Amino acid sequence: MATFRIPPVLRTHTNEQVQVTASGSTLGSALEDLFTSFPALRERMIDEDGSLRRFVNVYVDDEDVRTQQGLDTKLDDRSSVIVLPAMAGGAA
Amino acid sequence: MESQIEVSITDAITRRDQGAAWVDVREPEEWAASRIADTTHLPLAIAVARIVDQWPERDTPLNISCASGMRSMRTVQELRQLGYTDAVNVGGGIKAWVAAGHPVESSAGLTPQQLERYSRHIAIPEVGIAGQQKLLSSRVLLLGAGGLGSPAALYLAAAGVGTIGLVDDDVVERSNLQRQLVHAESRIGMSKVESAAHALAEINPDVIVEPYQTRLNADNVFEVLDQGWDVIIDGTDNLPTRYLINDASVQRNIPVVHGSIYRFEGQVTVFQPFEGPCYRCLYPEPPPPELAPSCAEGGVLGVLPGIVGSMQATEAIKVILGIGDPLAGRLMMYDALAGTVDTLKLRRDTECPACGDGDRLTGLIDYEAFCALPAR
Repeated sequence: MATFRIPPVLRTHTNEQVQVTASGSTLGSALEDLFTSFPALRERMIDEDGSLRRFVNVYVDDEDVRTQQGLDTKLDDRSSVIVLPAMAGGAA
Repeated sequence: MESQIEVSITDAITRRDQGAAWVDVREPEEWAASRIADTTHLPLAIAVARIVDQWPERDTPLNISCASGMRSMRTVQELRQLGYTDAVNVGGGIKAWVAAGHPVESSAGLTPQQLERYSRHIAIPEVGIAGQQKLLSSRVLLLGAGGLGSPAALYLAAAGVGTIGLVDDDVVERSNLQRQLVHAESRIGMSKVESAAHALAEINPDVIVEPYQTRLNADNVFEVLDQGWDVIIDGTDNLPTRYLINDASVQRNIPVVHGSIYRFEGQVTVFQPFEGPCYRCLYPEPPPPELAPSCAEGGVLGVLPGIVGSMQATEAIKVILGIGDPLAGRLMMYDALAGTVDTLKLRRDTECPACGDGDRLTGLIDYEAFCALPAR
């Protein structure tokens, strides 16, 4: 089971859980498992073509999956997956 | 057995090489103007007391010098009375040192007050007098004088960054004071740039503040950016401005220290144009507004911008001084609740429309419209 870290703006879709686990040998299959538990996440993370949305970055073991194999990036039981959309907040 | 009470420059150097401490008892302004490297500065009035504290062993070998050897001789005589058998006067002092052709260090340009103010910087080998002079002649542009801009402005002013540009069109409100420490209850209603300028002047009179009471847009951004800034600190609170700053700073080749915060989480990275990724490499498209709530909507722990803004100030100083490993190509993510820091690797996108290797954006676009587009 890989561990997913859910960002604050998506936690309404994971019952406010920060860390969730999902099984799958690739990022794509683990996400499918994750969407089974938390269906509302799919639309936030995946576009109509089944690709990762451009404003959501996913890091497997601190590396951006876009510089690896995208949704085909291999996962193992120790993989740590960080989901990170753009954050606006700063000053006001 | 006592040493002879006065030695030549040549003998003083030999003694130093064999481990003798070297104390210069001149006044701070003389020390600032020129000094022998690796000597300890203890002005005459406090020299003996401080030597007794620092080197209690009475047989410690000590070279004592001043400008010409007169004042230091008095110090040596006092030390001898206290039992320091190996304290010697450096005959002829720094004048003889210079006459013999030896080099001196100078804090050219730094006043005695500055030497005192920045003494903890000067003591760091990576900064030193040369680094402090670099800071004093540097120019940092702060975008936003709010949560992130407050600590960044306070620390950069205290650090002696010579010119700080402040861009913000807001006025101070009571709800800002939970985290924006550059402002104060007494300045509610004042423009943020004026309020911040007031606070910075109180901290460090060396710093020149250039206020820009405006909101950056495609029409005015280059007017502000084209003022010779060494680095930009992005503490803005909205995505259109972040994309605007990105495109404009890439086109002008100015590094941007990016910070963002939400509730208990913060992120810091450095966008060094063409060396590391830019904001568009990281996020080619903006998220829909509901996925990028501001702190006004989602809230933020007041301490968090203090931490993230201070990290941004640190990165800015590293960039100015060219020391350490700036967070270029790395994003530091701090989770205050979990008490964890993760450092993610970021890569430059060779197909990035702003900084990629192909055709690049040469002007600016309508960023409000860009960020309002429905997500694809």
